[in-house]
Amino acid sequence: MGAMDRRVVVTGMGICAPNATGLDAFALALREGRSGIRFLPELKTLNFGCQIAGYPIITDEYINNYFTVLERKGLRSNGLIYGVIAGRDAWNDAGLEIDPDGEPDWASGILFGTGLLGVDKFRESVYHVDEGQVRKLGSNSVMQTMASGISAFLGGMLGCGNQVSTNSSACSTGTEGIHMGWERIRSGQADRMLVGSCSDSGPYIWGGFDAMRILPRAYNDNPEAASRPMSASAAGFVPGSGAGALLLESLESARQRGARIYAEVLGGAVNCGGQRNGGSMTAPNPIAIRRCIREALERSGIGGREVDSINGHLTATSRDAEEIGNWSVALGRSGNDFPLVNSFKSTLGHCLAAAGSIECVGALLQFREGVVFGNTNCEDLHPGIAALIAPEKVPLRSVALPMQILAKASFGFGDVNACVIFKRFTN
Amino acid sequence: MNSMNTEAYYQKLKDIIGPYLPEDVSADEIQMDSHLVNELNINSANLVDIILDVEDEFDITLENADMDAMQTVRDAMELISKKQQPDMPEQPGI
Repeated sequence: MGAMDRRVVVTGMGICAPNATGLDAFALALREGRSGIRFLPELKTLNFGCQIAGYPIITDEYINNYFTVLERKGLRSNGLIYGVIAGRDAWNDAGLEIDPDGEPDWASGILFGTGLLGVDKFRESVYHVDEGQVRKLGSNSVMQTMASGISAFLGGMLGCGNQVSTNSSACSTGTEGIHMGWERIRSGQADRMLVGSCSDSGPYIWGGFDAMRILPRAYNDNPEAASRPMSASAAGFVPGSGAGALLLESLESARQRGARIYAEVLGGAVNCGGQRNGGSMTAPNPIAIRRCIREALERSGIGGREVDSINGHLTATSRDAEEIGNWSVALGRSGNDFPLVNSFKSTLGHCLAAAGSIECVGALLQFREGVVFGNTNCEDLHPGIAALIAPEKVPLRSVALPMQILAKASFGFGDVNACVIFKRFTN
Repeated sequence: MNSMNTEAYYQKLKDIIGPYLPEDVSADEIQMDSHLVNELNINSANLVDIILDVEDEFDITLENADMDAMQTVRDAMELISKKQQPDMPEQPGI
C-alpha cells in the first residue's frame, strides 16, 4: 500500500456535551434522548428572546482533574475547558501515554477547531484595556483568546510534535477537522491526529444569533421541547456549546499498538456553495451540498445505496426539509428506500463550532452500541420530509441496527459544507 | 518595616508565589534570597502575574522598572516596603 492511500481509523474519543461528559454517559443520554437544554436566568436578565441553551455542566472538582492550580488562575475561557476535557479524554481513550519529560511525539498532531475562543476572557480584557489598565491582562489573556489556544494548550499537555493547528469554518468546523486530519494521515504526513472542536458558552457567543431572530422564543418555560429538528413545528435552533474530540490514526499504527478501533474513516469532502444558486451567508446552495455528499461517497468508494444511516446537520429550522431533499438527491434514494436519519440537536442544541465533532462522537458510538439513536421532538414530522421519505426512517426511539456505513454532514455560515463517511471496522 | 510586618509580608509573598512554582519545586524551597526565575524556576512569563498579585495584595502600584528590580523574594519585600511609605514632603529651603 502506497503512502497516498493509507487507511485511517478512529481509536479514541472524548466528549464534553450539554447532556453528558464522558463517552458512556453520552451514549446513554443519546440512547434515552436525555436533553441538555436548560433555561438560563442570565439570558432572561439580559433581555434575550431565547433564554435557553444547551451547555455542559461540569464541577470545579472535575475541571481540577485537567488543569493545575496555576492553569486555573484567571481561567475564564470555557471553550478551552471543554476542549481540554474532550481532547485529553480522547488521547487517553486511545491508550496513548503522556510523557512530560520525553521527546515530542513527532508523528502525532492536533487540529482542534473553534469559532471564537475565550469570549468571557476577551470581555474582561476589553474592560481592562478601555480603563487604561492593559497591564492587568497578565500573561494568560493571549493564550485563552487566540483561536489556536486550544490546540496550543493540548499540544503542550500531550507533547505533540506534528502539525498543531486550528481550523475554523463556522458550524462545519468539527466535521471539516475530521476530513483534514484524515487527509494528513492518509497522505503519510502524520500517524495520529487529534481532531475536534470546541465552542464557548454564554451570552456573548449566543447573542448575535438571538439578534438575528433565528432562535426559538416560545419555549423559555419548556426548554426540553424547544429544539425540534425535522418537525413541522421547528422554530429555530437552540444555541449550544461544548467539545468533541477524535483520535484519528493510521491503521498500521493502530495495529502496531493493538488499539481498539471504533470505526474506519473511509473519506470525506469539503466545499462551499459560493453563496450562489440560492446560497447566501446563512443559507446553503443546495447544489453544493449534493456535490459535497457525492464527492465524499466517491472518494470513499461507496455507492449511495450502501449508506445505512445519516447523522444530519438538521438544526431545527424550516430548512431541515431541504436538507433531507438534498440527501435524497445525492444518494438517489427516497421513500422506504431512504436510510435511517437522525439529528442529535434535539437534545444537545446546536453546538456551533463544536457541533460537528460532538455529533460525530455520538454517531460513532452507534457502531459500538449497535443502535441508531432515536430522534426526540419530531413526533409531528415536517410534511415536506414526510413527502420525501417514509416516516419510520426518522426513528423516534433508538433502534437496533448492525450499521455498516454512516454518513455525517455539517454545514455552516458562509455556505460551507463538510461530509465524512465512516465504516464499521473489519479487517 | 518592623519585624512583625516582615514575617507577615514574607508569608503573604510565599502564598502569592506558591501557585507559580513548577511541579518539581516545593513551596518549602522559597527562601528570602531565592531567585524567582533562576532558582525557583518560575516561568518568566508569569512574573507579570506575580506583580499583579502583589499589587492587589498590598494595594500598591509597581512600574516596569520595579519589575526588573524584583529578582528575589527579598527584592519584592523591599519594593513593597518602599511603595507603602507615604511620600515625604520636600523640606522647604531656608
